[in-house]
Amino acid sequence: MSGSLVIRGGRVVDPTQGLDGPADVLIEDGRVTARGPGLAAPGNMPELDAGGLVVVPGLIDMHVHLREPGQEYKETIETGARAAAAGGFVAVACMPNTDPVNDDPSLTEFMLKQAERAGWARVYPISAVSRGLLGRELTEFGAQRRAGAVAISDDGRPVWSAALMRQALRYARHFDLPLIQHAEELELSGDGVMHEGRFSTRLGVEGIPGAADDVMVSRDLLLVADTGGRYHLAHMSTARSLDLIRAAKADGHRVTCEVSAHHLLLTDEDVFDSGLDPDFKMHPPLRSAADRDALVEGLADGSIDAIASDHAPHHPDEKELDFVASPNGIVGLETTLSLCLDRLVGRGVIDLARLVELLSTAPARILGVTGGSLAPGSPGNVTLIDLEREVEVDPATFRSRSRNTPFAGWKLRGGPAGTIVGGRVIDLP
Amino acid sequence: MSEPVWQRGDLLGVAELSRAEILHLLDTAESFVEVAARPIKKVPTLRGKTVINLFFEPSTRTSSSFEIAEKRLSADNINFSTSSSSLSKGETLLDTARNLEAMAPDLVVIRHAHPRVPHALAERLASGVINAGDGAHEHPTQALLDAFTIRRRKGRVEGLKVAIVGDIAHSRVVRSNVLCLTKLGADVTVAGPRPMMPEEPESLGARVVYSLDEAIEGADVVMMLRVQLERQARAAFPSEREYFEFFGLTAERLHRANDGAIVMHPGPINRGIEIASDVADGPWSVILEQVANGVAVRMAVLYLLAGTKSGEDGATP
Repeated sequence: MSGSLVIRGGRVVDPTQGLDGPADVLIEDGRVTARGPGLAAPGNMPELDAGGLVVVPGLIDMHVHLREPGQEYKETIETGARAAAAGGFVAVACMPNTDPVNDDPSLTEFMLKQAERAGWARVYPISAVSRGLLGRELTEFGAQRRAGAVAISDDGRPVWSAALMRQALRYARHFDLPLIQHAEELELSGDGVMHEGRFSTRLGVEGIPGAADDVMVSRDLLLVADTGGRYHLAHMSTARSLDLIRAAKADGHRVTCEVSAHHLLLTDEDVFDSGLDPDFKMHPPLRSAADRDALVEGLADGSIDAIASDHAPHHPDEKELDFVASPNGIVGLETTLSLCLDRLVGRGVIDLARLVELLSTAPARILGVTGGSLAPGSPGNVTLIDLEREVEVDPATFRSRSRNTPFAGWKLRGGPAGTIVGGRVIDLP
Repeated sequence: MSEPVWQRGDLLGVAELSRAEILHLLDTAESFVEVAARPIKKVPTLRGKTVINLFFEPSTRTSSSFEIAEKRLSADNINFSTSSSSLSKGETLLDTARNLEAMAPDLVVIRHAHPRVPHALAERLASGVINAGDGAHEHPTQALLDAFTIRRRKGRVEGLKVAIVGDIAHSRVVRSNVLCLTKLGADVTVAGPRPMMPEEPESLGARVVYSLDEAIEGADVVMMLRVQLERQARAAFPSEREYFEFFGLTAERLHRANDGAIVMHPGPINRGIEIASDVADGPWSVILEQVANGVAVRMAVLYLLAGTKSGEDGATP
């Protein structure tokens, strides 16, 4: 279902067009048809006043967990897509670690149907690399692609077998699917529950060394060089992983990476200061300040391609267990944009155009989906941003079914002011 | 009138305690030592108080030490352990707390394999909580009884050189002891093989060395930690023989320590692995005094906490 709309009086920021200035955006039948100051529009076309707002290509969160099918008590495709819309995202890519696992085209079709029925943000399913996420046999990449899957990943677990990884990278080339890796050497992460460093030492908590990620990234990049496959590193968390990615890019390999907002803003010291609050537990864990600083630098210098939330809803009862016993993950769809606006753009780490690249243009390019641009012919997917909006993170107001966030109570400046998909306004705060 | 030194309702860790609080606790424990020498080893101090001992992890000596301390104070005590408890894995902290609260205890003694579970339960409970060991995080009553034992033997803690040797990464005893002894002015060194050292071990607050001889050079107190034999499977050390060769305390090596040095161990000891029998049984050893003092120190803790949580006026902080 597509709509027509003219968005008037906003500041349009579109890095694909090198554009940052006042302009109207005309969307007809779900597509951007014109852009410029004082556009003429058909008289009966609905208008949206974007005065004082920033108009950007619709944001895409390329890494979320929507929990349906199987764990609907945590999140459903509908509540997740609703949360995405409220957070300024026109689309999300959902990981396959549902129950059953999305390792079959019927699951991809089911997810797309549920998303269409829900009618909020668009949902792009990601297929499992291996059947049941068991790391033994490949899923049908071709059939999954045809059904609508945009990438392959065993996220939640690494593709651990080097042999399977090599074959997956080779086979995925037929369908131009990026392999999204959760890089973790399981024998090194062991029973760890937080970053191994001075704070795990003081708490007597089993640590996860940065090397657990780095060893796997290093192995993967050798296999990428060997196969020519397309590799995307999910939720990168360490300085060394970033260096490895930089080197692989410099060598011309088809490698991209994402970071989560929480790895850019929090460290293991925050875990310590929280008194081991389960809302500070996720995988990979919050790393050292040195790692965090390196990631922020990678963001600014262009080494990092995308920011994703790694939205991982868990029921409050599950986070009412102690830190060690509670599950990994935090929600992020409704906090990521404000966190980035306040802490990254607001503090001058990156500019708005770069943020749009990280949250829209790059995810679209990596996943091979339309969007990420407001050039004529692009889908009419737009996010409106209010740079002045005062936001206080209040989990009670989340549209997501879950509340697990370490950012509760944070006061942030800047937030979503409207989400438009195919020329239709799906969220207007 | 000045504020009383002890105002806490919980004993969760040494990290929270001030030097004055630690000293007050040790002084209080002195008065409980002689109870063990009486023909009737019982005082009415906690009559009518209920103490729940909640051990989510197997423990013999800490749980029996608490139990004896409670009985000698005339408290009513109930023991839950993982084997006999329906409070099992998967229950939320809030449910655990509510179930405990329903039994209206005055104090709850908690041992758990995971760090900060006693802290989390203390936040959710009106009754006082005593941490009897939370993972490799803290074991405050062990550190207090160790400080008490050192003070009784050496007359002071301040200015003493203390070496703690063994699996530093996985020991709650070392964390609480470093905090306690440094607050009391001791000069603490930790030592162990590198695979048993945590990342950035200096952040524990002690000097770090990697050889037993270096650690005990000039030491007044040598504290040996128990080697957990299952760690061998995780490649933390290659064999018991090799561990003893490089990190086991022998009489010969002990000559590097100061004259009159004492040897401590939280127990149970592995003879011939971290400590030679002639050292464990020799004149330096205060290992059994630690056990005896443990009861007096735990009596002091129970006494002070019970006084705070439900004092004469019945007020609960």
